[in-house]
Amino acid sequence: MRNWIFLLVLLFTMPLVQAETPAEKGLAIISEADKRDQGWQDSSADMLMILRNRQGDESIRQIRIKNLEVMGDGDKGLTVFDEPRDVKGTAFLTYSHSLIPDEQWIFLPALKRVKRISSNNKSGPFMGSEFAYEDISSFEVPKYSYLYLKDETVNGENCFVIETRPLYEHSGYTKSYVWIDKREYRIQKIDFYDRKDSLLKTQVFSDYKQYLNQYWRADTATMENMQNGKSTTLKWSNYQFKTGLTDKDFEQNDLKRQR
Amino acid sequence: MILNVKGKLSALGCSALLLGMICLTTNSHAGEWSGYSAAEYRYFQHPSLNAEPDQHGFSGALSPEFYHQWDDGKQSLIIAPFLRVDSEDAERTHADLREARWLIAEDKWELRLGVGKVYWGVTESQHLVDVINQTDQVENPDNEEKLGQPMLNLSLFQEWGTVDLFVLPYFRERTFSGKQGRLRSQLVVDTDNASYESGSKRHHIDLAIRWSHNVGDWDVGLSHFYGTNREPLLRPNQQFTALNPYYELMNQTGFEIQRTTGSWLWKLESIRRETKSDTFIAVTGGLEYTLYDVLESGLDVGLISEYLFDDRDDESATPFEDDVMLGTRITWNDVQSTELLIGLIQDVDSNDAAWSIEASRRIGNRWKLSVEGRLFKFNETNNALYQVRNDDYIQVELARYF
Repeated sequence: MRNWIFLLVLLFTMPLVQAETPAEKGLAIISEADKRDQGWQDSSADMLMILRNRQGDESIRQIRIKNLEVMGDGDKGLTVFDEPRDVKGTAFLTYSHSLIPDEQWIFLPALKRVKRISSNNKSGPFMGSEFAYEDISSFEVPKYSYLYLKDETVNGENCFVIETRPLYEHSGYTKSYVWIDKREYRIQKIDFYDRKDSLLKTQVFSDYKQYLNQYWRADTATMENMQNGKSTTLKWSNYQFKTGLTDKDFEQNDLKRQR
Repeated sequence: MILNVKGKLSALGCSALLLGMICLTTNSHAGEWSGYSAAEYRYFQHPSLNAEPDQHGFSGALSPEFYHQWDDGKQSLIIAPFLRVDSEDAERTHADLREARWLIAEDKWELRLGVGKVYWGVTESQHLVDVINQTDQVENPDNEEKLGQPMLNLSLFQEWGTVDLFVLPYFRERTFSGKQGRLRSQLVVDTDNASYESGSKRHHIDLAIRWSHNVGDWDVGLSHFYGTNREPLLRPNQQFTALNPYYELMNQTGFEIQRTTGSWLWKLESIRRETKSDTFIAVTGGLEYTLYDVLESGLDVGLISEYLFDDRDDESATPFEDDVMLGTRITWNDVQSTELLIGLIQDVDSNDAAWSIEASRRIGNRWKLSVEGRLFKFNETNNALYQVRNDDYIQVELARYF
């Protein structure tokens, strides 16, 4: 009799379990994470980049970032450099998209020149750091394919481990493993695999803080290059949300006004 | 006359500085200073064709900038004086107010008042449509250094693009190398004896309008300028001992367009300039292709190719009447932001050519080392640059940023 019930339960639940393939589960988890981070409208923050070489010598970049959430498309971003001083006032404006190329402009303060630039640079280093352009660009669900692999504990959090593969062109990666905690759906760790499919970099997120009772942002993210021994730490501060920024604050003429 | 200009400028500079000081002391959000000081050494490979100038030159430059914003960033003030002291050329020793402007920005418009700097255009080899600011030619023969321009600039933002209106009430004369300087014509340009077509001389009120817009892959600009030609005619004086600049009035219509697709940038600039002495059309067009992260080295290699055309009959008026520019820009994307730019402009009909090399690298967080070389191969006597054929040079600059 007990076996009967067990079989019945099994019969009813098996199709349900099977209905969710690893790909579907991966996408579901990412979609949930994406959904939980919607509605922040706009944000601004200061970002400190600390570049370390193998000998431990440090070099600093200081950057201010503004972002605008665009529903149904990639976000808009404005990035301004304060340090190093020789590039002070240099600013980037990005309209990111999912699968068509981003639109990007740079402002060169010495010439007062706004220049439209190609956004094909995905795998190259951002300002000499261990972060590639694709690592710091806006995350959009359609940019990758997903595969749920397993559960695993990282940073003391019980996490889903998901394999992502870039669907956009010019990526420097074959795949990444992403650890997302089950509690709040925050990214805890990413392993990046290079074009030869060997481990290239590991990024660890820490010091998460919650803003407006909803949006989680890490104060620190460290990218360690496993192949060359260099690392870069990003430290965010002064996070602000819903400050009233609009499309008008993300146009080419806004680049000229940044300091 | 030049004293008069300098007097006026320094007066303007002083009052602007004073304004800055007031802002500094009266506002809790004190403004900030940034900028650089630099030491430069130039070595000319050959003795000058002219008697006086030397093969070595030392100079120092100071370029501070004061910035202050208030009213939630809607209003701001920039004051940026510039000073160069040159060991050889008294004309290269010069001061300028690069910027001293107040800005108020609203959602639909922006207003800039004061001395400012404006850049128009898309091409790399020359900047045809860029007409607002005068060229500070003693700074660098590449014509990319500009003098501050007094202006009222209203920008209007519309769905169909940005419209910029300019009123330019005061004209800045082009700087030229002096008797002790290199990179000059045999006859020195006597900047104290400039004359003008307009009776108001340098007080002629120049006007300009520009529409610019971005649609998808395309960035486009259309402009018109009426006022004093930034490029003077150089006419020998009666004794034939110097060249006197003569500034005509001009109407110039400019068009610029860039298409950005993948790693390709397609660029075109064109002007039609009408003066009393001449009417001509000039075009610069070409492309830039960048190979990103070459062989996963992090290096970017950009390849630039442009064609330069000018329909002026007088061949000596411009060196770029039928020329091809080839260049490469290599960016290491390393911690020191190492960069190298090599360019060649080759005349199509002759062997005349100019080479340019520019390299720079940061040292630590505050210093930057730049090397620049120019090589001139001008054999045609009617080339506008024939007289600088012996002025090949290499320059090393060490700058400290603050």
